[in-house]
Amino acid sequence: MALPIHASRLERIWHYTYLTICALIFLFLIAPILIIIPLSFNAEPYFTFTEKMLSFDPTGYSMRWYDTLLTLGMTNPEAPRNAAWWADAWANSTWIRAAKNSVIIGFFSTILATALGTLAALGLSRPEMPFRRTVMAVLISPMIVPIIITATGLFFFYSKTGLAGSYVGIIMAHATLGIPFVIITVTATLVGFDQSLNRAAANLGANPATSFFKITMPLILPGVVSGALFAFVTSFDEVVVVLFVAAHDQQTIPRQMWAGIREQISPAILAVATILVVVSIGLLTAVELLRRRSERMRGLSPG
Amino acid sequence: MKRTLILTSALVAAGVAAQAEELAVMSWGGAYSKSQVEAYHKPFTEKTGVTVVDVVADNPATPIKAQVEAGNVTVDVADVEYADAMALCDEGLLEEIDPSILAAGADGTAAMDDFLPGAVTDCFVATIVFSTMYAYDDTVFTGEKPTTIADFFDLEKFPGKRGLRKTPKVNLEMALMADGVAPDEVYDMLETDEGLDRAFAKLDTIKDSVVWWEAGAQPPQLLADGEVAMTTAYNGRIFAAAVSEGKPFVSVFNGQVYEYDGYVIPLGAPNKDLAMEFLAFATQTQQLADQAKWISYGPARKSSGPLVGLFEDGKTEMGPYMPTAEQNLEVALPSNFEFWADRNVELSERFNAWLAN
Amino acid sequence: MADMTATSPGAAPQGLQTADGRPLKAALAASQARAKRRAFYLVAPLLAFVLLTFVLPIGQLLSRSVSDPRFIENVDRSSGEVTPIMVELRDWFKANPPGTEPDEAAYQALAQGLAQLAELRGQGDVGTRINYEAPGTRSLFTKTARRADDLEAPFKEAILDVDEDWADPVLWQAMRDASSRYTINFYLAALDMTRDVDGNIVNVPEDRQVYLLLFKRTAILSVLITVTTLVLGFPVAYLLATLPLRYSNLLMILVLLPFWTSLLVRTTSWMVLLQSQGVVNDLLVWAGIIGDDGRIQMIYNQMGTVIAMTHILLPFTVLPLYSVMRPIKPSYVRAARSLGATSWTAFRRVYLPQTVPGIGAGALLVFILAVGYYITPALVGGSSGQLISNLIAFHMQNSLNWSLAAALASLLLAGVLVLYWLYDRLVGIDNLKLG
Repeated sequence: MALPIHASRLERIWHYTYLTICALIFLFLIAPILIIIPLSFNAEPYFTFTEKMLSFDPTGYSMRWYDTLLTLGMTNPEAPRNAAWWADAWANSTWIRAAKNSVIIGFFSTILATALGTLAALGLSRPEMPFRRTVMAVLISPMIVPIIITATGLFFFYSKTGLAGSYVGIIMAHATLGIPFVIITVTATLVGFDQSLNRAAANLGANPATSFFKITMPLILPGVVSGALFAFVTSFDEVVVVLFVAAHDQQTIPRQMWAGIREQISPAILAVATILVVVSIGLLTAVELLRRRSERMRGLSPG
Repeated sequence: MKRTLILTSALVAAGVAAQAEELAVMSWGGAYSKSQVEAYHKPFTEKTGVTVVDVVADNPATPIKAQVEAGNVTVDVADVEYADAMALCDEGLLEEIDPSILAAGADGTAAMDDFLPGAVTDCFVATIVFSTMYAYDDTVFTGEKPTTIADFFDLEKFPGKRGLRKTPKVNLEMALMADGVAPDEVYDMLETDEGLDRAFAKLDTIKDSVVWWEAGAQPPQLLADGEVAMTTAYNGRIFAAAVSEGKPFVSVFNGQVYEYDGYVIPLGAPNKDLAMEFLAFATQTQQLADQAKWISYGPARKSSGPLVGLFEDGKTEMGPYMPTAEQNLEVALPSNFEFWADRNVELSERFNAWLAN
Repeated sequence: MADMTATSPGAAPQGLQTADGRPLKAALAASQARAKRRAFYLVAPLLAFVLLTFVLPIGQLLSRSVSDPRFIENVDRSSGEVTPIMVELRDWFKANPPGTEPDEAAYQALAQGLAQLAELRGQGDVGTRINYEAPGTRSLFTKTARRADDLEAPFKEAILDVDEDWADPVLWQAMRDASSRYTINFYLAALDMTRDVDGNIVNVPEDRQVYLLLFKRTAILSVLITVTTLVLGFPVAYLLATLPLRYSNLLMILVLLPFWTSLLVRTTSWMVLLQSQGVVNDLLVWAGIIGDDGRIQMIYNQMGTVIAMTHILLPFTVLPLYSVMRPIKPSYVRAARSLGATSWTAFRRVYLPQTVPGIGAGALLVFILAVGYYITPALVGGSSGQLISNLIAFHMQNSLNWSLAAALASLLLAGVLVLYWLYDRLVGIDNLKLG
């Protein structure tokens, strides 16, 4: 990207303009995500920077919105903060309940999606798989079909089968939504997979299960894990299906945020958002490390 | 996989077990839900040991209807507007309520005589009289202040964005009143095509300046954020923001539309008997009077009236903030539940088309 | 596979054979069939799962879009018992062609039907069903059913006495339509059409038209968003593709972080940034670009929807563009330059054509995702920035006209599936990349 020495003046001007444009686009991408972090420490109930915040006056900042995440919904938030207070928060705080639901639903739907998805990806990446293209298209379609249509269909289906308002129903729905991501990441890992390794293992007397766990699994593991992370994030971020089929006792974090945004976007929402940004930074780091590890193992990357 | 299944079923079992001692009450959120939690839920839990779960919806009537129609009811009690209760009852979506479960007034008056006229029907027991009126931010209008419903529609005299609820209900009535129609002629006029056209034409004059709200907690927020200069709102929400949070909001009751609001029990409620018990408990004289301590809605029982005193801050007199206070009823319209029970679907369609175009 | 090569040299006259004497062709076919089956068994559990939790529910949705039998049968909500209703009236419709003036027999059949409804408490359901076809008639059913016991011959007079609107031919046409179990009327309604009194298909009055407008707006805004993401995504992808890997990997994080951040978080941020007392307006006022009373309305309208959705969908353009641009060798452009092309010509004639697959993949994917968006327009779109998904949700959750919602959903689904098929043909699903 370095400018060649013989560049004309016009080219130089364009080059720097171009870099500025790119910088602005990166700003557009990242600023909205970072801006909410300082605002979530606002001492006032506003969404904009107060004078005190701009002059870095410590009194302009506070943790009060993080505190409301704990106290909202508690039976006795004013009590002294001892073990009983924390037990109360753990059991009754609206946001903690939502977080528990999100984690439970996310965990089980991820396991379901990853197990079924990995198995299917192994089949799909075999050249002899019949109707490969059609089957693949069907399995990826939950990612493409507008979520409102999926949610509407599930609403009718679950109402008839009694799955509405149950954890099982939401877990199944979220697994379905996560499956395309697992398939895409695992098949991508399998593209570089050398099938002769399995034949060699068989030749040396390993049965299919042994060769799968000893040979295939370690090699595709990075793909599986990043697929699982994608599936988890999909579930963790999903709100429309929850809106349509969940009962009041299965509210998740995004569902609670949705209600909060429509009612009153107090900086408490920004506090949740900040926590979620930190979580996504963690997940992104994990996926990046996995991707590099996978590329190194398969010798696809210079470093 | 097996472990997953076991864990999942254990989880579901735990969920079911938890439900047995819980009562889910669906309401409108914000300051209103808070007043119910304080006046009804907490005392009920104290008395019976049953946890009351507060479930929030923009308008509880719609999720209730969807739940019953789909055969998947998760809520035991719902707080709905009068017209919606009528429509739901007509369609057989609600449990019938035996009026004999309602307690007599604290002064000994029989329940049916104690409630305001029409406040108890086959499937509905009113708790409050609420009003939709408009409010403005006092700091925005430094000179002349808006005082009539016509001022709300006058963008020249009072420039700035307006907030309106995203339904035809109330907006059409207010539009006609602002256009000079006397309150007692409003519904006759809305029955005619010309009347409807006139109402929509009036709404057209401010359409481009409107920010639409859906949940009752939004209007005070819109005012506080400066997103709108004035907005229609449920009177209790504005009161709560103005009195307990000290926001500079002024309520204008000229052109208000008031209506009952109260409890219904959806058909097939999971804890029907407990729901009836809760309903009877919450609609006692003292409970209704207590709610008025938290929000400025008039209690639906005559015997509760004298018990209403000061706001929970201990100094604000509630009387003048009630929609039924005499000075607030000068230009006021009781909502016609029959009109809306019958025409809501049709007018919503027209309203949506009008919004989109 | 190993036995394939182990054919005995002394082959029998009928062709090559395996070691155990089977014809090679058959053995090969059997082994291939086995491999096929084995591959399929691996996919089968997931396929069954997806068919159950995804394809079947959507199939059910489609079936609902052509049927709403509430005029034909009453379902008791507590027991689930199904009772046929309006039997006599439906028979009358069968016996008389469309457009027949309803006679005494018709009114008698109607009275019988209403009396049965009053008993079943089903008048509300029937009224709602007919109200979809003939707006404003719901109350006729509730009102008349309440007095059904008092109706006496002559029935025509008695019923018209309750409400003369019963004579409206539009209402009779609506009841006739509702007497068949399957109907395309919900699709007509979804396309802003209806039937007139003679059963002909006509457009609904202009002030009731909304769905075509919403479909059109959804398409236009999606195109706008797609173009914006391309305009913003191309330079960034180009920069990432031409920088050395260790820099580009770092910068890539700026693209991937939004991709991994919750949709609701990103939408909330835009609300914070764009509202009239928000950060952007504050910044503009502070910089003196606008006055304090001239704050720009950037949210709760189409602008809000476009800005927020562009931001959310931008990574979906950058990633495919990047993966196409990365392997393009800089030597082609250099060769063009050395042959005398200006840098602009070299870019336009040599570089740009090579990126077309990436542009196509990104644009198509963004467009497909954009047409189905629900959350973001619902939160930042106000009334002018709503898309068709929001109307589907409205009919699902507010008006509860589920068959109309299903019809709208089916039309949207058909559109998306066509695009998906196109994507598969042009790009290939296998080439879908996620970071």
